[in-house]
Amino acid sequence: MSAAAVRAPRIRPARVVLHGFLIAMAALWIFPLFWAIYSSLRPISDTIQHGYLSWPSNGLSLINYQTVWSQAELPYYYLNTLVIAVPAVVLTLLLASMVAFACTQFSWRFNLATLMIFTAGNLLPPQVIIVPLYRIYLATPIPVLGEIDIGKFAFPIFSDRGLLYDQYIGIMLIHIVFQTGFATFVLSNYMKTISKEITESAIVDGAHVLRIWWNIVLPLCRPALAAMATLLFTFIYNDFFWALILMSTGSKRPITSALNNLQGEFFVNNNLIAAGALLVAIPPILVYIFLQKQFIAGLTLGSTKG
Amino acid sequence: MATSITPAREDSPEAGELAPTRRGRYNVLTRYDRRVLMLMVGIPLLLEIIFIWWPTLSSILLSFTNYDGVGDVGPQNFVGLKNYQFMFSGYTLFWPAFFHNVIWLAWLAFIATPIGIFFAVLLDRELSGTAFYQSVFFLPVVLSLVIVGFIWELQFSPTEGFINNAFGLTKANNIIDWLGNPRINLFAILIAASWRHVGYIMVIYLSGLKSVDPTLREAAKVDGANEFRTFFRVIFPVMAPINTVVAVITTIEALRAFDIAFIVNQGKNGLELLSILITNNSISEASLVGFGSAIAVILLVISLGPIIVFLSRVMRTTS
Repeated sequence: MSAAAVRAPRIRPARVVLHGFLIAMAALWIFPLFWAIYSSLRPISDTIQHGYLSWPSNGLSLINYQTVWSQAELPYYYLNTLVIAVPAVVLTLLLASMVAFACTQFSWRFNLATLMIFTAGNLLPPQVIIVPLYRIYLATPIPVLGEIDIGKFAFPIFSDRGLLYDQYIGIMLIHIVFQTGFATFVLSNYMKTISKEITESAIVDGAHVLRIWWNIVLPLCRPALAAMATLLFTFIYNDFFWALILMSTGSKRPITSALNNLQGEFFVNNNLIAAGALLVAIPPILVYIFLQKQFIAGLTLGSTKG
Repeated sequence: MATSITPAREDSPEAGELAPTRRGRYNVLTRYDRRVLMLMVGIPLLLEIIFIWWPTLSSILLSFTNYDGVGDVGPQNFVGLKNYQFMFSGYTLFWPAFFHNVIWLAWLAFIATPIGIFFAVLLDRELSGTAFYQSVFFLPVVLSLVIVGFIWELQFSPTEGFINNAFGLTKANNIIDWLGNPRINLFAILIAASWRHVGYIMVIYLSGLKSVDPTLREAAKVDGANEFRTFFRVIFPVMAPINTVVAVITTIEALRAFDIAFIVNQGKNGLELLSILITNNSISEASLVGFGSAIAVILLVISLGPIIVFLSRVMRTTS
């Protein structure tokens, strides 16, 4: 701060060029989003009459948002995502923190190998495992446990076909497994910085490991857990692939995967596409506005340490 | 359950006694604790093996069969290297898809990633508005590639898109079909994908730059090195660990490319990618499980490169 203040009076040409360049780049970067917002706010009749590159003659309106929201029944798709993402994030963090705890606070022989298995698993392209995974999902029976009924959509608690395929729980499961690899890697890097003495003395005092994990180590990891929760939620919200392949019922798909079908069916013109895309982008944009620090912390924890 | 732990930890007289017997400290673990720890690692590990590593191994095994998804797979399905022979010499989509992945990687590695690094270097200085610029470049990173695809369709669409309208390219004789013309559509979606990739790399590189010892830069300045030289001779070499991560991320992203091509035209007509051929052959259109697995094996073999690089780095830093 002070260095900048001292420098401020001298305007250097290099700085001007730099700012000019950055402003141009920032404008270029923001433009596609700006254009999407603009398109989404114009009634299609207005666009057709005056062309895409024109000022709106009758003002802007939210009509496209209303159309998409009600006709494409977007609220249900948000709910589909929520039903999958929230338990998946919680369970991923629990599983990953257990592995990270056991592998960083205690020295087992296979610590490194275990961490490798998790880390490498997350680096694989999902398509490498999809063919057998699809078969496994089709061949795994799971019990039917009733369903939660809300109007048009029903949420089977476990399965409505008796298979892992085409289930919320199936999508949840693959997210948990896939993301546990990543979360284990990040959390173990974080837990390495916690002194082993803490665990050691707690053990000497007679605390059980579960208690140490839950009452001592997890609270110390709160910043990392918050960062990972933000990141994992965004990752799972943004997933397209797993639900596209492992779920066949269109109305059960989480919102990002459902977009592909909605595109043909309801998003019949560019203004509707824009409104639909922006509605779906709202949760990540809220993350961007309110949790940017956590999100960035999550990304960089996974890359700069370890 | 044990009584309160925290106070005991604070005045822990045992901690001092524990230090000399570091090696033997696991003797203090009760049998119950050992079992709990075993489960804590075992359950996630089992899930990881069943749903990630067993399918990986199965892909390899299935790639030597003609299994079509009907009934059980057995020795009668074994066809040796037939799937691979057909893939390399008979299947017309394999090499285009392979080269599209190569182009994807080259584009990210030589264009998008360097731009991200360049932005990071520009923004890693005392500059008014740095936070603003960072936020702008970072924005697309939170969006899915599906949304990115939709947003860019509004730019690229032939008669309704911004680009053609802005440059007067909407007439029959000069219209450019950015997403439909197989000679250019790959580059159009690469621009869209880069919109997101640049911010991602920028954020990671910036966090690395922040941890570079500032005295290094001072020293280079005193020695009379300009910024260009300082970066390539001083900063870039000490950033080696981050450079590896960035290289790994870039490669993995190129191999995973799927969503945006699928959203545009289901990965056909110039947008074929290995990842899309796998699903098209084995899941949606046909049920050529064996053949699709052979393509998956190719993708696996290529991915092993960045995976091994990354793991060996993890090994080095932990041991």
